[in-house]
Amino acid sequence: MSIKVRIPTPLQKLTDGKSEVESSGKTVIQLIDELEKKYPGIKERLCDEKGNIRRFINIFVNEKDIRFLKGQKTKLKNGDEVSIIPAIAGG
Amino acid sequence: MFKLSDEQIERYSRQIILSEIGGKGQEKLLKSKVLIIGLGGLGSPCAYYLAAAGVGKIGLVDSDKVELNNLQRQIIHSTKNVGISKVESAKEKLLQLNPDIEIVTHSLRLTSKNILNIIKDYDVIVDGSDNFPTRYLVNDACVLSKKPLIHAGILKFDGQATTIIPHKGPCYRCLFPSPPPPGTVPSCQEAGILGVVAGVLGLLQATETLKYILQCGELLVGKLLIFNALSMSFRTLTIKRDRKCPVCGNNPTIKKLIDYEEFCQLRLRRKNA
Repeated sequence: MSIKVRIPTPLQKLTDGKSEVESSGKTVIQLIDELEKKYPGIKERLCDEKGNIRRFINIFVNEKDIRFLKGQKTKLKNGDEVSIIPAIAGG
Repeated sequence: MFKLSDEQIERYSRQIILSEIGGKGQEKLLKSKVLIIGLGGLGSPCAYYLAAAGVGKIGLVDSDKVELNNLQRQIIHSTKNVGISKVESAKEKLLQLNPDIEIVTHSLRLTSKNILNIIKDYDVIVDGSDNFPTRYLVNDACVLSKKPLIHAGILKFDGQATTIIPHKGPCYRCLFPSPPPPGTVPSCQEAGILGVVAGVLGLLQATETLKYILQCGELLVGKLLIFNALSMSFRTLTIKRDRKCPVCGNNPTIKKLIDYEEFCQLRLRRKNA
């Protein structure tokens, strides 16, 4: 199983500068746990202490916001593309 | 109704010949009132092109003065204007480009107390601010006042843009319900910004503003445009209104404006800077 994950610029420090990584997981939260194994520290940036995805970060599966799917329990399948989109405020 | 003068017909001829604009569209532009919040990397190119296109009244909001390190991207200002207020610097340049329009300057920091009174005079609001407290304040004020808001944010090589028509499409809080805690997301000052990225996003905002006024084409309502300069990619993500949105949802909890700055390190940092 292979899922392409787009990593936003502020988190690329944790992924050795990579803007795209391959990972796996049956759901979004499993995917985040898999990412954490490979890139320690990334889960803390994405989830709060209760394990919920932070409110200034959006995750899209195949261009759809997971909050309008099944949230972090949204199911993933081989070939899906996941984008992590944090709020950015620069002007 | 007013008639276009010969000089106006000449000045705007290259867009008047577009069938989507014509003389009627040009009159709409000349009668429109746009407020640009922030005369930085986004606001500079946006204001310049809107002035060129003949937006009749442009309001400028910024409390800062021009600094030398702004000029790498804030192209409306110039070296000789370092040290003077950004709104005055921008006004001078815009009127040199187009003396046919009116420029109103608001040399102040937006707060929960003054924002509603400022935005009420404008048809469209462009957010080119550089910090989360202002962005949430502007979003909430636009939702409460039902003003269209043209949003963009930039960082390093990345940009995001969306157009918010309150209650018709998602607002900024539908997308990001609450601001990140101070220190968790770097600012351009900390992380850097490529000047042309500001240019690209600022011009996307100008484009959306013109389309909104002219009522032509498809706006970025319900869409988040993601730009990356390194991969030279534009992607459009679908975003939706959140029924539970604290400001535009079915049971809004935010009915009064919030000054996040009080809780944010931004002002502390600036004071210490």
